[in-house]
Amino acid sequence: MAARKPDAWLDDWIAIGTDGMVTAFSGKVELGTGVRTALAQIVAEELDVPLERVRMVMGDTALTPDEGYTAGSMTISSSGTALRLAAAEARRAMLEMASERLDATLEELSVQEGAITVTHDPQRSLTYAELMGGKRFNLRVTDQAPLKPPETYQIVGTSVPREDLPRKVAGQPVFIHDVRVPEMLHARLVRPPSSGAKLMAMDESSVKDMPGLVKVVQRGDFIGVVAEREEQAIRAARQLHVQWQAHRVYPRMEDLYRALREQPTEDRVLVEQGNLEQAFAGATRQAHATYYQPYHAHASIGPSCAVADVQGDRVTVWSSTQGPYPLRGALAELLNFPADNVHLIHVEGAGCYGQNGSDDVAADAVILSQAVGRPVRVLWSRAEEFLWEPKSPAMAVELHGGLDSQGSVVAWEYQVWSPSHARRPRVANQLLTAQLLAGEPAPTPRFSYGAERNAPTNYAFPAQRVTVHYVPDSFLRVSSFRSLGGSKNTFANESFIDELAAAVGADPIEYRLRYLHDPRERAVLAAAAEKADWESRPSPRTSESALADGRGVAFARYENDQAIVACVAEVQVERDTGVVRVKRLVVAHDCGLIINPDGVRNQIEGNLIQSLSRALKEEVEFDETRITSVDWGTYPILTFSEVPAIEILLIDRPDQPALGAGEPATVITAPAVANAIFDATGIRLRQTAFTPERVREALSERGKTD
Amino acid sequence: MSDQIILVVNGKRHTVQAADDTPLLYVLRNELGVTGPQYGCGEEACGACMVLIGDQATTSCKLPVSRVGTSRITTLEGLMEEGELHPVQRAFLEEQASQCGYCLNGMIISTAALLWKTPHPSDVQIRQALDGNLCRCGSHPRILRAVHRAEALSAERED
Repeated sequence: MAARKPDAWLDDWIAIGTDGMVTAFSGKVELGTGVRTALAQIVAEELDVPLERVRMVMGDTALTPDEGYTAGSMTISSSGTALRLAAAEARRAMLEMASERLDATLEELSVQEGAITVTHDPQRSLTYAELMGGKRFNLRVTDQAPLKPPETYQIVGTSVPREDLPRKVAGQPVFIHDVRVPEMLHARLVRPPSSGAKLMAMDESSVKDMPGLVKVVQRGDFIGVVAEREEQAIRAARQLHVQWQAHRVYPRMEDLYRALREQPTEDRVLVEQGNLEQAFAGATRQAHATYYQPYHAHASIGPSCAVADVQGDRVTVWSSTQGPYPLRGALAELLNFPADNVHLIHVEGAGCYGQNGSDDVAADAVILSQAVGRPVRVLWSRAEEFLWEPKSPAMAVELHGGLDSQGSVVAWEYQVWSPSHARRPRVANQLLTAQLLAGEPAPTPRFSYGAERNAPTNYAFPAQRVTVHYVPDSFLRVSSFRSLGGSKNTFANESFIDELAAAVGADPIEYRLRYLHDPRERAVLAAAAEKADWESRPSPRTSESALADGRGVAFARYENDQAIVACVAEVQVERDTGVVRVKRLVVAHDCGLIINPDGVRNQIEGNLIQSLSRALKEEVEFDETRITSVDWGTYPILTFSEVPAIEILLIDRPDQPALGAGEPATVITAPAVANAIFDATGIRLRQTAFTPERVREALSERGKTD
Repeated sequence: MSDQIILVVNGKRHTVQAADDTPLLYVLRNELGVTGPQYGCGEEACGACMVLIGDQATTSCKLPVSRVGTSRITTLEGLMEEGELHPVQRAFLEEQASQCGYCLNGMIISTAALLWKTPHPSDVQIRQALDGNLCRCGSHPRILRAVHRAEALSAERED
C-alpha cells in the first residue's frame, strides 16, 4: 500500500492532545456517507486508542491537508490509507520515545488504549499524552512504520454507530443551512430564466421601499438582493422587475441524441484487442443495439447554501463543497485575492452525490458579501437548484456483437458518445457566478473525462474495441454525478450481454460466467445468484398474464479494478398500465477489507434506491430555451411506496485493500431491472427512464410485430 | 407591516416580530434559533420543513406565521424530554436510519404523528404516511425499520 504523500509531515495528519484526545486531519469532507466515522475507526485502530478519543477535523483550508475532491469512492482508499500510515508512524514514534523513557526495548512494550506499558512490569507505563506533552512529532510519514495485521483488528471491521447521527436526530445545527454568524445578512438571487439569457433591463425602483432591503447587486447577468431578514430577501427577489432575453440554446428533446452524435468528437480507443474485423467476418451471428440515457439531476433534498464574509482582502467562506482547496483557488481567482487570503471551512450540506450547486452558491455569497461589506448567507431555491445545478450528461451507446456457432461472443464493439463529466470548478470560469458576471457561457473544459468509466467490461471477449467519442457541446450544464459514466455505460453493457444470452437461449448468469475468469468476480456473481434463488433458464419467460413477473441480473467491476458488484432484480410489470414494480433487489458486494459493515450496507442501499429512482422515473426535461424539470412534480423521485425489498450479501476480504463503496452499486440497478422487464414481457427497453408510457409503448410495438 | 406575533413553540410562549405572511419556517429558524426543520422546496412537496402543530405533522415552508395562532408547535428538538430522546428519535438512531440526515427532521416528525394516530401501523400505512417525505440518499429501508422499532419503543413506554 503506497502512501499518497510519503514525504508528508506527520503533524499535518495527527496530533496528540494533553487530554489524551487524538485529533486526525483529513482534507476529505463528510458528504453524508459516514466517512467521518470510518476514518476515525482507521485512526483509532492503528493507534490503539478507544474510538471516542479520536476527533476528526475535515475539510478546513486552515487546518487540514489538501486532498482535492471528496469523490469517486476514494475517501477510504486514499485518505483512509494516508491516515492509516500516519497513525502507524505516530504509534512507532511514541513507542520509540517510550522505549527510551521507560528504559525498555521495543519488544518489551505493549500498547493498549493509548498507553504504552512494559509488558512484564505494568507499573512502568506512559500514556500518549504524557509522552507527547502537547508537542509536535516533527517527523515525516515514512511509509515504513509497521501496520497492524488485519486479523488483529478490533475497531476496523465493526459496525460502530455514526458519530454525527445523535446530533442530527436531535435537530442540532449541523448543516451549512444552519450556519449563522454575527451581523449576517440574507440574500437571494434573481437568475435568468434560462441558460444564455441576457439581461435587458432592471427596474430597481420596483423594490425601493421594501422593508429590510439592504442592496440590489447587479453585475453583468448576475443579480442578487441582500436583506436583513431571509423572508425579506425572498420577497424582494420575487418583486424585482427584470427583463431578460432568452435564446434557443438546446436541441428539441426528441432530437437530443442525434444532436449529440452529429458533433465533431474527440475519440479515444480504450480497448483494442484481437482482430475485430476478422472476428466479425468469422462470426455466425451478429447483433446491434443502441442505448440512450438522459440527463439526470443530483436533486439534493436541501438546495445549495453558503455563507461568506469578505473583510477587505480576506474572506471566510462556509461551504458544502466537495473540494475545499480547489474551490478556495477558484474563489481566490474570482476575487483576485491570494489563495492564502481565502479561508474555506467545509460544513455538511444535504447529500450531493456529485457536483451540485454547492460551489456556485459559495461564489454567489462571496460576491454579495463583498458588495455589502457584511457576512451574507445565500440559499438557492428549489427551482434554482434544478435549473442551474450541473447535470449528469446524457449518453448514447452503440453496441455490435458477433457470436460463434456455440453462441459465445467472439467480437464486441462498444462506442459511447458523451460530453465530459469533468467540469469541476478548479478555475473560476467554471463557476456559474463567474459566467453570469462575465455574461459569457462556460468555456469548454480543457480535458474530457468520465465517459470512459466502465465503458470496458471485465468479460474476456477474444476480440473487442471500446471507443469513447467525446462530444464538445453538452447543451445542458453538466458535471460529475455519482459513478460518472459508470452507470450509463454499465446499463448498455449489461443490457447487451443479456440480449446476446437471450438470442442464443442461454441462462443470463451462465452466459456471463463464460467470460469471467477472476475468482473474486465469479464468486460475486455466483453469490448473488445463490442469495436470490436464481432459477437457471433463458429469458424471457414469456408469460402472457396481466401481471408479468420477471427477474434480471447485472454484474460489474467498478472502474474495472475496484469493488465487484452483482444485482438480481425481481419485477412485476402491469401490462395494462405499463407500471413496473420492483419487488426485490438482491446484491452481492466485494469491496475488499470492510471498515464498517453497516456503513457499507447503508451505502449500497442508497446506491440501489437512488439508481432505481433514476432508472424508473428520472429524466431532466427541457424545451429549446430552458429546462422544464423545476420541482418535485416535474422531476419526481422514488417514494416509500415504490421502494423494493433489498437484500445484501457482503463478501469481506480482510487480506485485500479497502475499496470504496460510495458508488459501485449504483451502476447495476438499471440493467438488472431492464433485464427483468425483458424476462417478464419480452420487451427490451434501451432507454431510461422505464416510465409507464415507455413500457406501454414498447408492449404495443411488440404486439404489432408478433 | 411587521406585527407582534405570539407563538407557542416546544412548550414556551414567544413573542416575535414578523410580517403576517412570513412562512412559519423562517420565524422558527431565524427568530427562534430552531434548526430541526429545514428548507427543502418551499412548496410543501418534500417534508423537510415539517413540525407538529398539535399532533398533526405539518409543513412549515409556506404556512403564514399569522395563521398558526397559539396552537402548540413542536419541532424536532422539542420532541426530547429532559434531555432524553423521544422513542422515535431513539429508534432512528438505533437503526442508523440516515445518510446525510437532511430529511431526518420530516421523517421523525411524520413518524411521531403517525404513531400517535395509529400506534400499530401496517407496512402499507407506514409507506403511505411517509410518501410525502422525500429522501434522496435512499435511506428508506432503514427508515421503515426505524418506524417499526419506534412502534415497539413507544408501546414499551405506554406499558
